[in-house]
Amino acid sequence: MAALSAGVVASTAGCSSTDDGDADGGGGNGTDGDESPEESVGVAGETLTLTTTTSTYDTGLLDEIHAGFEEMYGVTVDAVAQGTGAALETARNGDSDIVMVHARGLEDEFLRNGYGINRRDLMFNDFVIVGPEDDPAGIEGTGSATDALTTIAEAQAQFVSRGDNSGTHTKELNLWEAAGTEPGGDWYQETGTGMGEALNIANQQGAYTLSDRGTFISQRSEIDLTILVQGPIEDGPEILANPYGIMAVNPGVHDNANYDLAMAYIGWITSPGVQEAISAYQVNGEQLFFPRAVSEDPDFQQYVPEGWSSDDADA
Amino acid sequence: MPTEAIVPLAPALLDVSFREGYVRSIVFVSLYVSVLAVALSTLVSVPAAVAIGLADFPGKGLVKSVVNTGMGFPSVVVGLVVLFAVSNQGPLGSLELIFTREAMIMSQFVLATPPITAITLAAVSGVDDGVRDAARVLGGTRVDVALVVIKEARYGIATAVLAGFGRAISEVGSVLIVGGNITSADGVSKTRTLTTAIQLEARQGQYETAMVLGAVLVALVLTVNAVVVRFGDRGVTA
Repeated sequence: MAALSAGVVASTAGCSSTDDGDADGGGGNGTDGDESPEESVGVAGETLTLTTTTSTYDTGLLDEIHAGFEEMYGVTVDAVAQGTGAALETARNGDSDIVMVHARGLEDEFLRNGYGINRRDLMFNDFVIVGPEDDPAGIEGTGSATDALTTIAEAQAQFVSRGDNSGTHTKELNLWEAAGTEPGGDWYQETGTGMGEALNIANQQGAYTLSDRGTFISQRSEIDLTILVQGPIEDGPEILANPYGIMAVNPGVHDNANYDLAMAYIGWITSPGVQEAISAYQVNGEQLFFPRAVSEDPDFQQYVPEGWSSDDADA
Repeated sequence: MPTEAIVPLAPALLDVSFREGYVRSIVFVSLYVSVLAVALSTLVSVPAAVAIGLADFPGKGLVKSVVNTGMGFPSVVVGLVVLFAVSNQGPLGSLELIFTREAMIMSQFVLATPPITAITLAAVSGVDDGVRDAARVLGGTRVDVALVVIKEARYGIATAVLAGFGRAISEVGSVLIVGGNITSADGVSKTRTLTTAIQLEARQGQYETAMVLGAVLVALVLTVNAVVVRFGDRGVTA
């Protein structure tokens, strides 16, 4: 499979290098020496295609911060909001330059298959289990997310699942697995929609659902659901942590990827100033995302698939 | 601050706020993509439909069936097919068309062509044989006959073009997949149309905003229909 796609890339390399000049020209800026003065900024005028999740996009965070990046480099960022699974698939096909997602397992697979490089931890928030205020299954105050899900399953209380291979859906499935419960039955509905729609459906049906805190906060005023099990930000269980990572598409696999600009973006968004801006971003008076990229201490695990070590690789 | 475009449409929803120029830019993208796709489709469909309608050949019924079936193509499937074509891995990958308006025009072209062809074909078939025969008897060439038939069938053809336009501007599945629903950080649409904007608002539970955009879309389609019908009438009186 990898060999096949590499062959396809190699065979199209000839044509793509000729039309690299303007808008989407990727990576072909190694020789800046003989360009005219006004074009001397290597990446100016180019477009960075970022595939990301609905949770970063719909909260308005990206629109808030991207203007700074576009101004600094004279470029355009095309942010495409998909689920985590779809965002990675688009990047896997070489149709985006960079991905910002939140499902470490899927990110690791993407890295291991060679499609992504230079991964950085970006920011985090957490997942919360939300449901109707009357809480028919009685999960409020449960300290454990898995116990709460088991209780919902035993009570056969309505539960809305994203069912769309998104980061949130992946987390939900991991939680069911950790709880040792196989969800299914009339009470368990897969909606195949984004987080906002899933919250709306849960709201209309008086159902429980798993939501990232950011989307829930930004939509709280529209719905009657309430947080019943908190995530780690509010001292809930660590299993509900929701870390976002960012990776460049490997130009060794997709030579049309705009690698220069992707790395500029990663450098920019993990810089102290922008991390500060992420921290300062509020919706309805609440902070949605907590920066994670700037740290005094080394954190080598952010660059490699989780748990990877060179010893394993030798073995 | 609401933009002036939505004010007359939604007096009760004045609190709906958009950045300046946002609605204008998505209306522009909607029209740009749909009008170009329908124009291209018309250039292909009408001659093809007239040719099929005037000719007699074995398998004509089959061709009609295929065209009629095309009217029911799910737009999502069309979007996926165009996505595979324009994706970096696809046959047109080197053109870098993914997430561009050009890719959206391609998918809407595919969507609009079957209804325009089928309805034009029906209109042409409905032209009285006497008209055709008269044109031939008067020494008309095949092209003359075709032009006479097109003139006779013009209302049907206008309906066909409007049906194609309606299909193009109102569909959401394919333009979302191949266009990516992109807006720049300062709120100017690149590949966001009215339909994908409505989908985005609905996803966020902002149903009122989605309704306002829906009203803008309906108003737009009404306007285009009115303009086309007006042109048609003027053609008759002139």
